[in-house]
Amino acid sequence: MSEYIIKNGTVYDPKTGVKGEVKDICVKDGKIVEKVSSKAKSLDAKGKSVMAGAVEVHAHVAGPKVNEGRNYRPEDKLFSYKPGGKNTRMSGGFSIPTTFKTGYEYARMGYTTVMEAAMPPLYARHVHEEIKDTPIIDEGAFPVFGNNWFVFEYLKNNEMDNVMAYISWLLKTTRGYAIKIVNPGGSEAWGWGENCNTIHDPVPYFDITPAEIMKGLLTANEKMGLPHSIHVHTNNLGNPGNYETTLDTFKLSQGIKATNKFGREQVLHHTHVQFHSYGGDSWATFESKAKDVMDYVNANKNMTMDLGCVTLDETTTMTADGPFEHHLTTLNHLKWANVDVELETSSGIVPYVYDPNIKVCAIQWAIGLELALYAKDPMRVFVTTDHPNAGPFTRYPRIFKWLMSNASRQEMLKGFKNSDKVIAATDLASLDREITLYELAQMTRAGPAKSLGLESMYGGLAPGMEADVAVYDFDEGKVASPEDIEKAFSSAEYVIKSGTLVVDHGEIVSNGNKRTLWVDAKVPVNSQVERDVQMKFLKYYSVNLNNYEVSDHYVPNPYVIEVDTN
Amino acid sequence: MTKTITDVICPFCGTLCDDLIVTTDDEGKKVVAVDNACAIGAEKFIHSSDHAHRVTRPRKMQDDGTYKEISYNEAIEHTAQILAKAKKPLMYGWSSTSCEAQSVGHEIAELCGAVVDNTAAVCHGTTLIAVQNVGIPSCTLGEVKNRADRIIFWGCNPAHAHPRHMSRYSIFPRGYFTGKGHKQRKIIVVDPRCTDTSSLADIHLQVEQGYDYELLQALRAAVRGQPLAGDVIAGVPKEKVYEAADLLKSGRFGVIFFGMGVTQSLGKDHNIDAAICLTKDLNDYTKFSIVAMRGHYNVTGSGQVLGWQFGFPYSVDLSRGFARYNPGETGSVEILKRQEADAIFVLGSDPGAHFPMQCVKEISRLPSVAIDPHITPTTEICDVHVPVAFVGVEVGGNCYRMDNVPIEARKVVDPPEGMMTDQEFLSAVLKRVQELKSN
Amino acid sequence: MDVVKLTPSKVPELYLESEHISPDVFAGKSSQEIGDLHVHMGNQTYKLSDFFTIEGKGGATAADTKIVITGDAGRVKYIGMKMTGGEIEVLGNTDMYTGAWMAGGKITVRGNSDSFAGIAMTGGELRIEGNARNYIGAAYRGDWRGMQGGTIVIRGNVGSDVGSNMNGGLIDIGGDADVHLATHADGGKIIVRGVAKGRVGGQMVKGDIYVLGGVERMMPSFRCDHEEEAEIDGKKMTFQVFYGDLGERHGKRKGEIIYGKIFVAAAGKPDGQKAGAAKSERRVKLNEKQIAQLAEAFRGAEPTVQEVRTYIFDTFGFDLKPMQVSRLIDAIKR
Repeated sequence: MSEYIIKNGTVYDPKTGVKGEVKDICVKDGKIVEKVSSKAKSLDAKGKSVMAGAVEVHAHVAGPKVNEGRNYRPEDKLFSYKPGGKNTRMSGGFSIPTTFKTGYEYARMGYTTVMEAAMPPLYARHVHEEIKDTPIIDEGAFPVFGNNWFVFEYLKNNEMDNVMAYISWLLKTTRGYAIKIVNPGGSEAWGWGENCNTIHDPVPYFDITPAEIMKGLLTANEKMGLPHSIHVHTNNLGNPGNYETTLDTFKLSQGIKATNKFGREQVLHHTHVQFHSYGGDSWATFESKAKDVMDYVNANKNMTMDLGCVTLDETTTMTADGPFEHHLTTLNHLKWANVDVELETSSGIVPYVYDPNIKVCAIQWAIGLELALYAKDPMRVFVTTDHPNAGPFTRYPRIFKWLMSNASRQEMLKGFKNSDKVIAATDLASLDREITLYELAQMTRAGPAKSLGLESMYGGLAPGMEADVAVYDFDEGKVASPEDIEKAFSSAEYVIKSGTLVVDHGEIVSNGNKRTLWVDAKVPVNSQVERDVQMKFLKYYSVNLNNYEVSDHYVPNPYVIEVDTN
Repeated sequence: MTKTITDVICPFCGTLCDDLIVTTDDEGKKVVAVDNACAIGAEKFIHSSDHAHRVTRPRKMQDDGTYKEISYNEAIEHTAQILAKAKKPLMYGWSSTSCEAQSVGHEIAELCGAVVDNTAAVCHGTTLIAVQNVGIPSCTLGEVKNRADRIIFWGCNPAHAHPRHMSRYSIFPRGYFTGKGHKQRKIIVVDPRCTDTSSLADIHLQVEQGYDYELLQALRAAVRGQPLAGDVIAGVPKEKVYEAADLLKSGRFGVIFFGMGVTQSLGKDHNIDAAICLTKDLNDYTKFSIVAMRGHYNVTGSGQVLGWQFGFPYSVDLSRGFARYNPGETGSVEILKRQEADAIFVLGSDPGAHFPMQCVKEISRLPSVAIDPHITPTTEICDVHVPVAFVGVEVGGNCYRMDNVPIEARKVVDPPEGMMTDQEFLSAVLKRVQELKSN
Repeated sequence: MDVVKLTPSKVPELYLESEHISPDVFAGKSSQEIGDLHVHMGNQTYKLSDFFTIEGKGGATAADTKIVITGDAGRVKYIGMKMTGGEIEVLGNTDMYTGAWMAGGKITVRGNSDSFAGIAMTGGELRIEGNARNYIGAAYRGDWRGMQGGTIVIRGNVGSDVGSNMNGGLIDIGGDADVHLATHADGGKIIVRGVAKGRVGGQMVKGDIYVLGGVERMMPSFRCDHEEEAEIDGKKMTFQVFYGDLGERHGKRKGEIIYGKIFVAAAGKPDGQKAGAAKSERRVKLNEKQIAQLAEAFRGAEPTVQEVRTYIFDTFGFDLKPMQVSRLIDAIKR
């Protein structure tokens, strides 16, 4: 296969500890290697920055609610649609891109691995059909477990072996990657129009609390030694004062050590923490509690998080937190789509306009950035927008700009209509830290890869790792204006994915050969769980058990991570 | 000797039952018996095995109106030529085939700058327009089975159109929270006619034909405790309107199922819009959802594939090189009526039977091809008719149920000797179109 | 003002998409450059000069530019799309999207216009002297933000779905309006000088609608509140004022609920042309003579539903649904 040598680039690679040194990177047969032959194709990276391909730890890019979002927002495609080219299909959609656009735009930004944040098991086949139609990037998907009837019953009865057997079965059946928990218990309560707003509110009829659900799944995850930890979106999202629920949630994991063979050190990953860091008790007193949240995160090394930064765009919110979306539509009266999924979860979609002239939106924007600026360990805090909830992923370069340039942040703050109120409710005006390029590499490459249990494959440029490399026309020492940051990271000079050149000066030159990652966790045979599954399908599901599993041809290029849980 | 295959998916209507048991002959060539299906579904399996009456090779219309058999290669050439040459070809149908086949068709459409449209254009497209305006609070059919105690059938007759719907999901099943089955469910049917479905209703609102929108808005006002103008609202006495509103509010989980009675009667998308808004309003008092009774077994799938590939669920105009959408301009009926297309390709549907006559005449005037296992009014007016294997019987593929749940249909018997599948035919056409376009 | 004259020289085989016919695009261009502008027909790209002879050049800016299409443009879509200034005059009909997303300037169509004219308009004036079809001044699909400002004047009748999701501006209809006028409106003002068929102000949150010729069927979710005098074209008229839509949410100002208002003229008289063919539920039935003729035509034969349906369409001009035809065949057999 092809050999490449990326010459004379300034390399930022936390995996090998390279902090802005000029170094050649060699690629052969899809892997990073020490050296290559003279036949290697040379890519000139002089004066440019070189990093591993970025790893997206949480985005809503494939599946039923994403597609419902696309189909119910024709206006999201107006005037921004691009025709196809030599190697590309036509691509459109600003906040909810089509699958082709998703692949192309992530690749153009140098992202090479993306995790679909929430997969409802009954719809897993749909998620995989979309993943199949997303070019270039390797992907995985997280099935949701936090509102699952089997999980409720087993955890309520403290049947750890059974819940582990069920988790193993569901991961295999859905070809899923990790345990995702969204608004635990609350989305089942939503089946009756109710919710769980604290982690101790019991789920109607099932009489288990969100805390018990999360703790139980955390325990199971560590006993099984899965590559990723539990990935949590806790209760009470979006409400003023919810930072207390967030800290209560974090504390469930306190002191617990990770057990696994993948180098993962966290037992809890909390997602889009921005939405969970609110103080005050109403919209009038709404304020940032980013510092309180980060005090805990900084002091407890066994958790990781991603930001969920607001980009101040018109976007579309979509989440498996069904009751939250209903709440949102009562606030902004915009079109609300909802699907409750039998025995498993619920989901909702509502468009949202993050207007910088609205005080609350501006404070939300500030909070996302504050969380990053307060972080002591960039290996445990990752850049996301919970795409598309807080903004489209195509805005990542803009977020990088805000993180790396205090001047750009201060300019934004001064430009807000309610500037004084926003500054009073947040700390951002006094935070002058500027994230360095090396730290950015930790927050977008090495950190996410490690938290996913993939540090031997992705997020680094050590020999033997996947040849996922991005080269940007960016020189940390020669930044004329913050806009240079956004411009450089919007369109990479070169992107290599698994050893194939896929982006050349911002153009897609190959569709690569993307893979779907999933986890096969082997557990001992459990006939109790087998019987329970058969029974529930017979009595309560609306499909037959034999039609539930995702067959192999929906995952044409799988990368299976085997875990021996014994 | 026979073989028995269980968990078979029925490829007929949007109910997409997946519990059929099909018995085939030992060689796996003929369906001998079908269990659990409704009469319509069973018939689809049984008659597919009647190879003596199947068209098994493509046919081309001659100058005297008769048909002559041609080879698949000739059919591929004809199809590729008319699509590649056209300035604005229309590729319609898609509802009775698999997602895999639809996907290949879309590649052809993109290459040819075509309009891609499915049967939602004359059915639930108006529902999709309403969803685009006001969203849709919905749920999977298992939620209905396990929780629902208020069922409304509005403008639909599932007893006839979705025969096993009531027994599998909506009225009779005993679910987790609904152990008493239909005894703990209240049923409201809104239909100007008395039907087999309305005979099961606790309340039958015989709405004045064409005034569902007025009745829906009146129900919304009643739910909000507002006064209504007049003693009779859209054919229904005012007291009955308030009674219905109270019945809806007093349940703990309600579902509205609706069909062509409201999607294609006066107002179309506005009727659905109002019904969705009613559902949304009811969520202020209790839990309510609404589900569209999709007709064809994979029209939903066509909408899904078009959605993730192009961003719109039907009536997608690719002619300018980027996707555009606006039913009223980009829909098949108006395109044919205004003579805006110059070639027509039909697959997996029968516009010749369902479209307005003006459109049917246009189909017969244009260079055309129809891909369909059957002889239909459409195939009889197209230049070339290409028979293909039945999806869900002779070839597998992914399909989406009316509640968007994906279920993989499988093959139970072999197709007749030498017959192609949709996907194979389309792949060959794609290859030829790529050749023609590169010149 | 510089005037550019476009004279249609060839009838397009299909329909032309010509968003480039706009003062904003013509401004600063010579006759030759204007002729070289692209128009599209299906998946093909042509030049404007392939379909029009061009005389004159554009002004320095849009505001200095006037475009006159000296003939029929009934197969031309998107004339004046997104324009911000200047003028367009069409001495004939136009097809869909005339003045769509218009922000300023003035368009006058001497003939009729098709659907989607003036959608999502934010400013300027769109004037149609003949009739217009559906979705005039409406929002684009899915967008809750419809017409924001500007004026649309239709001298004749309009079809359905006019002013959907309207937020501001004025739509003035000289003739009749078909169903679903101002659905989901949240602001704006509409005048119908003829008769409004029905579903006026359905799901309306806010806005004012004046109907001078009466409403054939009012929504049951509007209540008659009071009588009021108001001035239209300098003339004082008495109106019954209806508040609603009571099935919809409404905001408050100073403790008072803000309703959408429909002003129905107390002494309504249709102004101008008679109600155009409003499409509604009309069950077509063959009379006895026609049934007899049909039976004779197919005597002794076993026609398919399709054959009979085609015959009925060709002979009587009726488009019957296949189900109806099927029942007719059964009835004749008996």
